[in-house]
Amino acid sequence: MNCIWCHDVIMVETSWINVFLPPKPNRLCQACEAELHTLHGQRCSHCSRITVDSVCSDCTWWKQFMNGNDVLDKNYSVFAYNDRMQEMITKWKYRGDYQIGYVFQTTFQDCFPKIIQTKQQIVVPIPLSPERLYERSFNQAEMLAQFLPIKSVNALSRIHGEKQSKKTRQERISSINPFKLEEPINKPVILVDDIYTTGATLRHAAALLKEHGCPMVYSYTLIRG
Amino acid sequence: MTTPSTNQQHPLTQQDLALRYTGKLLLRSEIDLDDDNFQRSNFSPIPSIIRRNFLFICQRCGNQKRSLFAKIPCQSCHQTHLYCRNCIEMGRVMECTPLYFWSGESPNWPQHQRPCSWTGTLTEVQQHASYKIVQAVLTAQPELLVWAVCGAGKTEMLFAGITKALQLGKRICIATPRADVVRELLPRMKQAFSDITIQGLYGGAENKDGTAQLLIATTHQLLRFQEAFDVLIIDEIDAFPFHNDPSLLFASKRARKKLHTTIYLTATPRQEHRVQIDRNKLPHVFVPTRYHGHPLPIPTLSMCFSLRKDLKKKNPPARFVRWISKRGNPARQMLIFVPTIGLAEEMTPIIANLLLSFGIVTQQSEVTSVHSEDPNREAKIKSFRKKHLRVLLTTTILERGVTFPSVDVAVLDAGHTVFDEAALVQIAGRAGRSSDDPTGEVIFFHDGKTDAIVHAIRSIKQMNSRGGF
Repeated sequence: MNCIWCHDVIMVETSWINVFLPPKPNRLCQACEAELHTLHGQRCSHCSRITVDSVCSDCTWWKQFMNGNDVLDKNYSVFAYNDRMQEMITKWKYRGDYQIGYVFQTTFQDCFPKIIQTKQQIVVPIPLSPERLYERSFNQAEMLAQFLPIKSVNALSRIHGEKQSKKTRQERISSINPFKLEEPINKPVILVDDIYTTGATLRHAAALLKEHGCPMVYSYTLIRG
Repeated sequence: MTTPSTNQQHPLTQQDLALRYTGKLLLRSEIDLDDDNFQRSNFSPIPSIIRRNFLFICQRCGNQKRSLFAKIPCQSCHQTHLYCRNCIEMGRVMECTPLYFWSGESPNWPQHQRPCSWTGTLTEVQQHASYKIVQAVLTAQPELLVWAVCGAGKTEMLFAGITKALQLGKRICIATPRADVVRELLPRMKQAFSDITIQGLYGGAENKDGTAQLLIATTHQLLRFQEAFDVLIIDEIDAFPFHNDPSLLFASKRARKKLHTTIYLTATPRQEHRVQIDRNKLPHVFVPTRYHGHPLPIPTLSMCFSLRKDLKKKNPPARFVRWISKRGNPARQMLIFVPTIGLAEEMTPIIANLLLSFGIVTQQSEVTSVHSEDPNREAKIKSFRKKHLRVLLTTTILERGVTFPSVDVAVLDAGHTVFDEAALVQIAGRAGRSSDDPTGEVIFFHDGKTDAIVHAIRSIKQMNSRGGF
């Protein structure tokens, strides 16, 4: 087995534990794995950002902006954003190296929080526009959604526009809603996406779902930017 | 490879397209034409990944490793198929999309009467090598290895050969492993051939068009060419990554035309090439002396018994301290090679303090470190060249291709595995590069001689004796 990122051979030491309990296959070598940091410790109860406050300034701002009623009920993220993570995401999304997605599989499954899981929830991956999908040949959010043990529905579609990552914060927040509803859902929804940066995209999607009768919208994202 | 604005305004003729796309092997997304124009042009598809006897082969990079192929459930063709992970940085090669090459008329490259504007003179040994290169170009001799010691003036020896090729209307590519070298070589070539369009191709270059008659490219860029060059000059064939990456050899073989001349340049040929030379399988020419006619400096060895322990504790070894305190010519700048990036960064402040205490530098900022992951490395190398920096700690990235006029060279832990024979010969070759200061101290601090150290010194002595010293 080779490390997906640096292509070095991964050596697994044999011990009694892994003779009897074969471990989940590791996609990264130890050195590369150590470069990825999961979020832990004191963080915002609303968006998973690391902060000393119980609710971070970002979320307070959003609440105010939405007149006291934030459409996104909660976001949970797994990894912190650092240079290595940025390189990985670039290669995965923009270069289109599909395999790199599997790096996150185990952690993404293990960290799937119990708090936002209730019965009858539905996972909705954030879609790509058809043009972008054709260019990349896969949707990274859909890939992440597949890892989760809950039913996933492509309830949204997206109108082609500028890449989010090329916009400034102000542009993201003030831009028009790029999503269209394909089928309304009246159960609680967990939106899945790769990265939460300003939260604008997720709130656009959440607003649309809530307008059409969705009771609760959570989001589960790989990275808190 | 995009120049979108010009495309829409003027309808391109087939001649324009031939000039632009001849000799290239590209993905559809790299060909900047709309579907109508694309259909009308003479592009031929070839399968991008082929399967042969339980093997997959990427047709762009020649990758055959199973671990570097992966499956993707493709949403543009709705099938799950392979893609190549080896060359993905240059755009993804997928099984469902072919690669295209230009199958229309090939353009005639102009014949230049007097392309060379360089007026310098060559030494006798340089002239000999230069003559051999010209002969190789003239007779379309398939291969020639130019073995020239560090600082022999390889670039100047090429000028006559390139001139000849341009007079004959041939297309030429100089491929080198590192982008730094492309950036250094480009202005020199532009000066020497002032009327010829020359393009530099490397990751991050402004113009990645690659349509000039004379190209200077990193070896990776050759992956986008097929049967393109009459004369291919490969610089530093013994260097990383060309030496380790089979896909670059594959690419360089594909990039040249059927009737071609490939010229290899090296100061430290690897074993495989030496064997070929000894068996007379590979024509070669040896340039044993530097352009200023002085011998290569021979490294001195210095045994430090507790070297690894000292370095672990971040103590400079005692012998290193003694050497620093009484160098023969303290006016020279110092290059200190260390085996790892971590060590380079950790030792910098310690060595800076040491030098301050000896009064060799006046402030801490005159000492710094540089390595491959350093974002400021170009700036640091530049300021070392301008002598704003006195001492530079470096990993093996500065082992070749860079010239500083007057330096002393030290290697800390020369017995480390990253310093192989070629690396040590190259490192020793950094000293005494200029005719104003043709000597320089080279000292290897080690805790036990390795084969690499012994062979490196033996081969430097051999080269000197072949040069008549």
